[in-house]
Amino acid sequence: MSALSVKAASNAVALTRRGVTRSNRTRDGWEFMIRGLLGCTALISIAITAGIIMILLRETIAFIQLPEIHLTDFLFGTTWSPLLGAEKHFGIWPLVCGTFLVSMVAAATAIPLGLITAVYLSEYATVSKRALLKPVIEILAGVPTVVYGFFALLVITPALQSACNFLFGAPIFSGYNAGAAGIAVGIMILPIVASLSEDAMQSVPRSLREGAYALGSTKFDVSVKVVTPAALSGVMASCFLAITRAIGETMVVALAAGGLAHMTLNPADQVQTMTAYMVQIFLGDAPAFGVENLSSYAVAMVLFLLTLMLSIIGNILLNRFREVYE
Amino acid sequence: MSALSMRTRRIVKNRAFLALCLLSTSVTILILALLIMSIMLQGSHFLFNSEAINAVFAHGELSQLTKVIRWEFLTNFASRFPQKAGIYAAVIGSIWVCAICALLALPLGIGTAIYLEEFAPKNRLTALIDFNIRNLAGVPSIVYGILGLTAFTRMFGFFGSDKNSALSFGPEDAWWHIQLPFGQGLLAGGLTLMLVVLPIVIISSREALRAVPASLRQASLAIGATPWQTASFITLPAAIPSILTGAILAMSRAMGEAAPLLVLGIPVFIANTPDNLTDNFTVLPFQIFNWAGRPQESFHQLAASAIVVLLVVLICFNGVAVYLRHKLRRPMA
Amino acid sequence: MPDTQPTLSKPATAAPATSSAQPSGEKITIRAHDFNAWYGAYHALQNITLNIPSQRVTSLIGPSGCGKSTFLRWINRMNDLVPNARAQGTLQLDQDDVLERNFDVVELRRRVGMVFQKPNPFPKSIYENIAFGPRLHKRFQRSDLDALVEQSLRAAAIWDEVKDRLHNSALGLSGGQQQRLCIARAIAVGPEVLLMDEPCSALDPRSTASVEALIRELRQTFTIVVVTHNMQQAARVSDLTAFFFEGKLIEAGATDGIFTNPKNKQTEDYVTGRFG
Repeated sequence: MSALSVKAASNAVALTRRGVTRSNRTRDGWEFMIRGLLGCTALISIAITAGIIMILLRETIAFIQLPEIHLTDFLFGTTWSPLLGAEKHFGIWPLVCGTFLVSMVAAATAIPLGLITAVYLSEYATVSKRALLKPVIEILAGVPTVVYGFFALLVITPALQSACNFLFGAPIFSGYNAGAAGIAVGIMILPIVASLSEDAMQSVPRSLREGAYALGSTKFDVSVKVVTPAALSGVMASCFLAITRAIGETMVVALAAGGLAHMTLNPADQVQTMTAYMVQIFLGDAPAFGVENLSSYAVAMVLFLLTLMLSIIGNILLNRFREVYE
Repeated sequence: MSALSMRTRRIVKNRAFLALCLLSTSVTILILALLIMSIMLQGSHFLFNSEAINAVFAHGELSQLTKVIRWEFLTNFASRFPQKAGIYAAVIGSIWVCAICALLALPLGIGTAIYLEEFAPKNRLTALIDFNIRNLAGVPSIVYGILGLTAFTRMFGFFGSDKNSALSFGPEDAWWHIQLPFGQGLLAGGLTLMLVVLPIVIISSREALRAVPASLRQASLAIGATPWQTASFITLPAAIPSILTGAILAMSRAMGEAAPLLVLGIPVFIANTPDNLTDNFTVLPFQIFNWAGRPQESFHQLAASAIVVLLVVLICFNGVAVYLRHKLRRPMA
Repeated sequence: MPDTQPTLSKPATAAPATSSAQPSGEKITIRAHDFNAWYGAYHALQNITLNIPSQRVTSLIGPSGCGKSTFLRWINRMNDLVPNARAQGTLQLDQDDVLERNFDVVELRRRVGMVFQKPNPFPKSIYENIAFGPRLHKRFQRSDLDALVEQSLRAAAIWDEVKDRLHNSALGLSGGQQQRLCIARAIAVGPEVLLMDEPCSALDPRSTASVEALIRELRQTFTIVVVTHNMQQAARVSDLTAFFFEGKLIEAGATDGIFTNPKNKQTEDYVTGRFG
């Protein structure tokens, strides 16, 4: 064996010389070109952000420079009535309030359900239960938002109305309302909370759990007092990212929340969110450079900044969490 | 408090929490069941032919089996009359736009992911790109619609108005006939959806590439492969099943998006399918939005029927993703 | 079996002519002079001066974290992949300065093969694992490539075990077979030097024995540098031994000398098992 091995090694070395050498220059040229090309694709994402900011900024500036608009009214005004002929008011707060209301209802639906689901999936569920629950969550995540809009308008709202009829003798919820839209958005963002939180809980090291069990903790103690606090920044990140989605959600609120912008925190009322206002303008063939049209860009700017801020906070929390455990 | 009662309390707490878990998971499952059932109930009217169903199931006339589904719902154009309305234009438009979106978003997204995972130096620019992509994923899709409206539909006004195009290429009847600006055409729609799904494709592809063991990369580099040779011959083939899974999920997102296309101003009613890349189109989710927003009950039923079709398509997409995940996943090391 | 004495063994191959530039008559393949390496602020290697002769097995020993693997990974610049790893001083392969900023690392790695701690075959067929490297660098005729694959596998003493399933996945092989496959893969690109980073640490004793036997064979064709934490292994396979401790090269010389008559107290403590 030994002599053969040595012979084979020298044969192999001799054989490697029989190939036709590929040019190093061609190779380096390719490498340089491909690296450049791929680098350019990576820069596209920067270009997209820059494009969004530029366009929104340009139109927003055009909006606030209009003679009938005052920046202070826009930022602090509490009346939003752009389509009412002579008495136009552009105070952003009613839209922000509507968005806030829908998002809070959504968060109140999604966060408790999502967190408990995450704890259950991560700490309690057996393999077979996981195999049932995981696809359910994935399907909920894959349902198009317009379907949730349909659900909110034609299932949740009637259900809420008949429940109130039964309990209080009056429907209370109007045909378009923030509550139903919020619940539907909540169902939509539930998978985000559940799966991101579960990921966070799963990456808590085993040793931490084992330590707690070794001290005689119950599963509840381990899940709630050890794993959840250890995964807290990941869990919080999931909530922030989910609320970001809720704020930006469009089709559900356009269908189910209504079109009346006013300051209310009553989920039974109809509200208009920022996104719903944009839909109203872009659907309604408003002139491309009219005041209403420009106002939708200003609203979009506020929406963009708000979601960007929340998403940055969420990602910072996520990074912090990953630094600790990965 | 005695030690025993302490212990009992803790055990009760544990049980109660488990009960809460089971309750909340059953609520989740119940919601999904309710969602599907309510849509099936409302959607069945225009999807199925009640006479044919009766004939097949009550009288065993199997010859009527093909008539169980109301095919005219799939092959008719939208109409003011619910009985005549169909989703043909919307289905064809959705397929076209998603295909364009996939052709643009996948190469760009996977390319970016390869660059960031395999080539990018660890510097500030890379960190900025990374941070930017994560936050782009959180930007509402309607905001991408505004970018699409300005950049693709109107092209910043460089080529005149979008209603009245200034430039065009190719013969009028060729599928690759293009006019500038893109207006409310397929290219504008596909490009806008590309903006929406690009961050998703990038993030999922990066995760797929990151899951390839570093030892494979080192083995390849150590025998003198260049970074690109390593990426294209070793890393990418190992990661491709997960990349495809992510890509399919991103495409189902594109298939379900209505908001950004709504901003472009795509038409509600359209009585022809697109002939070329900048021809007008509509998509299924937008059609659903329109029908669901009308006051008449029949249109709600139409919307539900269209939702069933959309969900069936998406379930097929997801089925393919699950299949790829399980069948193509080979051990990597 | 060839002798352990470096002076007694003769190169069996005719291919690389031995240069007589060195006074001792031994050709030096890798030459480090005042070589320093850092990871960030951590000074991992300090003033290493070491000559590694051609067609010998040189083993680098020392306790964990002493810098022996770092040294190995600078020879083929695998440390380029580690962020904020840097090095200074002289590190030469033949007469070429490896550390030079625009040195062609791809060509360097073709000349210097590497075998890793854990076997890392590609998730491809056995044949493709071996043919991958040669095809990167040269265009081969099919028959030449087949022959090269066979000779490489024979050289790694694994041909008989795999010749009937060349197109099966390499991941189906046992750990020891995978490691020999990785050695064959390194041989197939025709390197001058083979670096082995604890090549047996993930293997069972029988596979270890076969890989060790292989290392002793291959030194007749290649210059081999082995990092090991196993002193018996170093004694069994190597002609020369270098002892690293806390980032410094404490002692280097003929393996026999290091193990039987170390000049330095620390070396003696280590090889006699008093620490490490």
